[in-house]
Amino acid sequence: MPTILQLYPTLVAYLYAMLQPILFALLLLAAFGLFAWQVRKIRANILVGRARDMSGHPAERLRKMLLVAFGQQKMFKRLTPAFLHLVVYVGFLVINIEVAEIIIDGLFGTHRVLGILGPVYDGLMAVNEVLAALVIIAVAAFWWRRNHQPPVRRFTGIELRAWPKLDANIILYIEVALMVALFFMNSADLRLHELEGKTLPGAFPISHFLSQLLPTSVGVAGLHVLERTGWWLHITGILLFLNYLPSSKHFHIILAFPNVWFSRLVPQGQFSNVESITHEVKAMLDPSYEVPAAPLGPDGSALAPTPFGAKDVDDLPWTSLMSAYSCTECGRCTSVCPANLTGKLLSPRKIIMDTRDRVEEKYHSPIIFHPNLYGEEAKHEPVDADQPLLRGKVTAEELWACTTCNACVESCPVNINPLESIIEMRRFLVLEESAAPNSLNVMFSNIENNGAPWAFSPSDRLNWADELYVAERA
Amino acid sequence: MSSVITTPTTPTKRQLTVPTVADLAAQGKVPEILFWVGCAGAFDDRYKRVTRAFARILEHTGTDYAVLGLEETCTGDPAKRAGNEFLFQLQAMQNITTLNGYGIKKIVTACPHCFNTIKNEYPALGGEYEVIHHSQFLQQLINDGKVGVQGGESFKGRRITFHDSCYLGRANDIYEAPREVLAALDADLVEMKRSRANGLCCGAGGAQMWKEPEPGKKDINIERTEEALATLGGQAAALDNLRGVETERTAPSQHSLQGSIIAVSCPFCMTMMSDGVKNKEQEGAVQVFDLAELIASAEGINA
Repeated sequence: MPTILQLYPTLVAYLYAMLQPILFALLLLAAFGLFAWQVRKIRANILVGRARDMSGHPAERLRKMLLVAFGQQKMFKRLTPAFLHLVVYVGFLVINIEVAEIIIDGLFGTHRVLGILGPVYDGLMAVNEVLAALVIIAVAAFWWRRNHQPPVRRFTGIELRAWPKLDANIILYIEVALMVALFFMNSADLRLHELEGKTLPGAFPISHFLSQLLPTSVGVAGLHVLERTGWWLHITGILLFLNYLPSSKHFHIILAFPNVWFSRLVPQGQFSNVESITHEVKAMLDPSYEVPAAPLGPDGSALAPTPFGAKDVDDLPWTSLMSAYSCTECGRCTSVCPANLTGKLLSPRKIIMDTRDRVEEKYHSPIIFHPNLYGEEAKHEPVDADQPLLRGKVTAEELWACTTCNACVESCPVNINPLESIIEMRRFLVLEESAAPNSLNVMFSNIENNGAPWAFSPSDRLNWADELYVAERA
Repeated sequence: MSSVITTPTTPTKRQLTVPTVADLAAQGKVPEILFWVGCAGAFDDRYKRVTRAFARILEHTGTDYAVLGLEETCTGDPAKRAGNEFLFQLQAMQNITTLNGYGIKKIVTACPHCFNTIKNEYPALGGEYEVIHHSQFLQQLINDGKVGVQGGESFKGRRITFHDSCYLGRANDIYEAPREVLAALDADLVEMKRSRANGLCCGAGGAQMWKEPEPGKKDINIERTEEALATLGGQAAALDNLRGVETERTAPSQHSLQGSIIAVSCPFCMTMMSDGVKNKEQEGAVQVFDLAELIASAEGINA
């Protein structure tokens, strides 16, 4: 008859087996519940933007999404970061299969349930392990690019304040921690099966080596604990990371896809038309033109007229707000901006980051704390809820430095359009505040009076054709 | 002495009367293609030479064309880029009324800003036309054999680099037409590191042409001119220091700048690059030409 002491490990194992599905289900529920709550707030923030119809062209949108978001097309303009990013990205995609397995195992008390896939599972696990090792190397390279002195130029700039810098590093640390937990779990599991004389389904090229480093003194019970610890750390880490995303630039792993789907499909040179102005101009030119009635509020009362252009985040189209949440602060836009390259204040990335900070300041903060209030810089900057995006965060000097060259738009790996926000704010400056630089006001009045941006007489418009000869060839 | 003005192969020359759409309408005719001159093309002394070169090409190839003349007015591009949507739409409606009144179907222009505005932004206001840029038009003439690119000045062996205009390139994805036009010159074409979709703006777009730049370390046209000169001169060290682009680093061989050309296809780029070359005191060695000037010159139709 075994004593209670001898039975103890079996009892613990039995109790654990009983409790694990319940604990795990609770953890999942809490994690996904919290994530859904955060996503709902972000969705509400995005929808404070102005309406813009982005429906239609599903085939073209799908093609763009597959190429640019899924296929990372625009990343490959710069090969070094493209390959590093590809490793982490493919690692993320493949690890999702393992996360699915962990969730099934956790809920149903199975162990490596996908093992039934046989050789396919061997392949998956092997690829996963190799990728996990490559991810650690890639992340180390990313960390070096950001933190060595001087760092890669696009990881500097006034908009990279304390929080964005810390955020970028936190993401890298979490990714390494998750990979380490994975190896921990796999190595202990391998060793355990080896000691128990069983075969573990799957092939583990890296853990196969690591498992030999585990001292034999750990014993079967110890290995059980190690394996479970690795397993819990891995999945808990992933769920924590999931709930960190809404506070972080890392949210791009989700929003990159809808953001590319909702890209503008017109030529980049085509700026948006302001329909309310079209009605006014048509009515001016033709007194019989009937301006369509302004939309009414839900209670049937007239709505306050919307201003021309954008003063604050809610004057921007919703797509610009979604873009602000899709931005991964990589700085490709700023690094190709001719104004920024020549030392002007304008940085397209700053405008996108300011938009996200401002929308969270004015509306919902979907996160546990306010990241944009983090750090020394934030302490000197009292956040005033009455300070709009324009002037509160983005200065007129930044906006007037833009050459509308579309380099930022072209460079963005997730099709964010900083130029659109710049033009919307310029419109507000000019049409609502008459606050254009004086030289531009001169240009405007030249167009009004002479039909040309320069002060030339319209009657001289055909002077170029005077005394024009062409050589006649034999 | 500008190399554009060369002695024609035969001494005969003919004076042109540029037809206006109004004149043709009086005869009950509509031109097949409208040449939209643009404000820079009509008023800027340097770009007027481009307009004249292009008119010679139109005449030389027997194109059925006309200009609006005094009825043309600013497309509204600088107003729109500067945020003055109201002024833009007033200009646009006025031009659309004129164009539609004459039944214009097809437009060619040597200005990428006019091109972009009429092609992309006029349709929403009721102006739908087939709009082509003169680089595309020239490419077509060359492909059709209407322009032989011979009989005039030879560009064989001269170093030419093409500066992409933002409103032709990134704005409208036209990168190859101007390059194919230049290829017909049989010159030594060299690409800047920041070219095509990675091209660096000359600094004049977005209404910058009409204002002083914001405070900074450098003017954008200087940055771009330095790149063009380093490319033409094959200065590897200067090219390595360029920012905003990562491309393969092939060490170029050094060349004399003498006789080399920066080719442009936009009136604002023309101003900015010419000013840049003057600022770098290279105007004796390097010239800035528009595609139409180079083709007219190679064709030997200047008079």
